[in-house]
Amino acid sequence: MPESPVLTLRGISKRFGAVQALKDFDLDVHPGEVVALVGDNGAGKSTAVKSIAGVNPPDEGVITWEGKPVTISRPHDAQNLGIATVYQDLALCDNLDVVANLFLGRELRRFGVLDEVRMDQRARELLETLSIRIPSVRIPVASLSGGQRQTVAIARSLIGSPKVVILDEPTAALGVEQTAEVLDLVERLREQGLGTILISHNMVDVMAVADRIAVMRLGRNNGFFDKRSTTTEEIISAITGASDSAVTRRQARKREQEEDR
Amino acid sequence: MRRDRGRGPSGADDAGQEPAPGAVPAVDTRLLVREEGVKGYVDEFRRKLRSGELGSLPVVLAVIIIWTVFGSLNSTFLSAQNLSDLSQQIVGTGMIAIGIVFVLLLGEIDLSVGSVSGLCAAIFAVLNVLNGMNEWLALLVAIAGGAAVGLIQGFFFAKVGVPAFVVTLAGNLAWNGLMLQVLGTSGTVNIPSESIVSKLYSTIYHSPAAAYVTAAVGVGLFLTASLLDAGRRRKARVPFRPIAEIVLRTVVIAALAFATAYILNQYQGLPLALLIFLIVLVLLDFVLRRTTYGRRIFAVGGNIEGARRAGISVPFVRMSVFSIAGTMAAVGGIFLAGQIQSASQTSGGGNLLMNVIAAAVIGGTSLFGGRGTVWSALLGALVIGSIQSGMNIMGVSNAVQFMITGSVLLAAVVVDSLSRRTQKAAGRA
Ligand SMILES: Nc1ncnc2c1ncn2[C@@H]1O[C@H](COP(=O)(O)OP(=O)(O)OP(=O)(O)O)[C@@H](O)[C@H]1O
Ligand SMILES: [Mg+2]
Repeated sequence: MPESPVLTLRGISKRFGAVQALKDFDLDVHPGEVVALVGDNGAGKSTAVKSIAGVNPPDEGVITWEGKPVTISRPHDAQNLGIATVYQDLALCDNLDVVANLFLGRELRRFGVLDEVRMDQRARELLETLSIRIPSVRIPVASLSGGQRQTVAIARSLIGSPKVVILDEPTAALGVEQTAEVLDLVERLREQGLGTILISHNMVDVMAVADRIAVMRLGRNNGFFDKRSTTTEEIISAITGASDSAVTRRQARKREQEEDR
Repeated sequence: MRRDRGRGPSGADDAGQEPAPGAVPAVDTRLLVREEGVKGYVDEFRRKLRSGELGSLPVVLAVIIIWTVFGSLNSTFLSAQNLSDLSQQIVGTGMIAIGIVFVLLLGEIDLSVGSVSGLCAAIFAVLNVLNGMNEWLALLVAIAGGAAVGLIQGFFFAKVGVPAFVVTLAGNLAWNGLMLQVLGTSGTVNIPSESIVSKLYSTIYHSPAAAYVTAAVGVGLFLTASLLDAGRRRKARVPFRPIAEIVLRTVVIAALAFATAYILNQYQGLPLALLIFLIVLVLLDFVLRRTTYGRRIFAVGGNIEGARRAGISVPFVRMSVFSIAGTMAAVGGIFLAGQIQSASQTSGGGNLLMNVIAAAVIGGTSLFGGRGTVWSALLGALVIGSIQSGMNIMGVSNAVQFMITGSVLLAAVVVDSLSRRTQKAAGRA
């Protein structure tokens, strides 16, 4: 990667009582890069994301943002830095229209009154730059398809002009077509120079859009793979820890990476 | 539904095609309407009917039917005098119903508003009439009391987590008890007719100009606001209401406003109570639809978790909304006390609670939260008031009145539930 990472995690650990959910977790996100975070259920993916998003601050470890160490102890801190998170349950308000949802909690105002015109305008611009196609920005979100709703949720995270977007299983509930819509959108985030962390259990999706794949297993890193030089089988064996060869390859790669640094 | 949407230049169904250069990518449904003229409006209307977005259509139909039936049964019903009286009588119920609309928008219910209205009327009567407190001050204390009561109930609901239904059911009894305590041995306190509370209800502006000017100001404000908005939208290059539609809407509103003014002038003129009610409606409608606070109420009513993650303080919204319900209950209680010129042990009792909840729901505000407008308080109170007035003229007994009002409420809830189901099927809920 020619550019320096916008976000780095080093040695992140998190305990929940007797459970060591994260142990010495490392991750880099570069601008214009899609990093897929994969691992079995309970591997610690959501915990890792929550430590970045400020929902569950880590016990140990260093988070660096644009080269400077930062502490993220509240969701607000993450937002202020420029980290936007789209949780799997979208948290859209069905009864409100697309514009109202996009600006919920940070409505534009004029003389203390909602500025519908400017919100309408900015919503259109945003949806246009993302090539999101919805029938109208003034219909209730309830009448959108699952994929359209997901794209609206992602668009909403972009209102604050973030630099890193975290998507926790954005395609889990979607059909083929709608998944494609969301993956298109992820690619557009990359084109616009945003760093993206994509959590997914779907290897096809991961191989389709990710530049790098970070595998987690039992709360630890279990290898980083470059999309161009890896196979689905290799990643799956790293996820399951089934194959010895995967572990050796992982160690080899890890060594390589350390030399790169 | 789907086919309708596909008609858009870049609707969902032609998602595979690239939008033409320069085309607006997200097309407003209203844009389609404008392009298709009258037929577009009819189509839009049909589509809304089919997808269960009935809005205030059922209640407008209900008013027309009720008025036709009672009007044909007894000519006094549609007389200027009866309709003028009706316009005053609905104010007490309507004010309380506004508070219920706010609570229903959260998807909650407030069962205490009847008792709270009685309590606040009693507070005023005892402070002013029995203890000689300045009447404005007493009025202020009574209304602030309503706000405080609502805030207390909101606290138990929002912060402690007791279901609103239970908190306000307990409140219903407790505030009724407090009212009896406040009234003490006096039982009934008569409010003199020169008292401000009586005057709020009984003042009528006899000059015909009063009603006509009010109508003209209302219509003028609506027209100006619509034109300014359309102008700004046009400048910002986002879809705007076509002039023809604005004119049409203004004409309909003007017709209603001036017809009402004409009827009121046929009798005694513009009642102050009605004027205050309309002003409160316009103000609170503005709060709900044009302010961040109103947007937050709708958001909490639509998706609590979504609202929370968007940084909205859900407990604040809940507590403030219950406080508004208490405030409006107090205001309504004051008007009801002015109507009968007394506060007594039966104030706020009887079928008042039923009537105000019925009014809000009949007016078209959904019991399921997130959908509704304050105008449903006016429309619903009009339906309830018309039924009662009509049946009183016909000499129908209370027993039958209760049964009929109950049935009307049930019908309204059925319409609400069915339209919600249709909306779900049409992907709009
Ligand atoms: N708030 C919590 N309290 C206690 N333990 C927790 C908490 N959150 C997560 N854990 C534990 O941490 C581990 C990692 O959980 P996490 O949610 O990060 O997994 P995940 O990789 O996101 O899994 P999935 O693919 O199922 O979403 C699990 O063993 C889980 O039980
Ligand atoms: Mg998870």
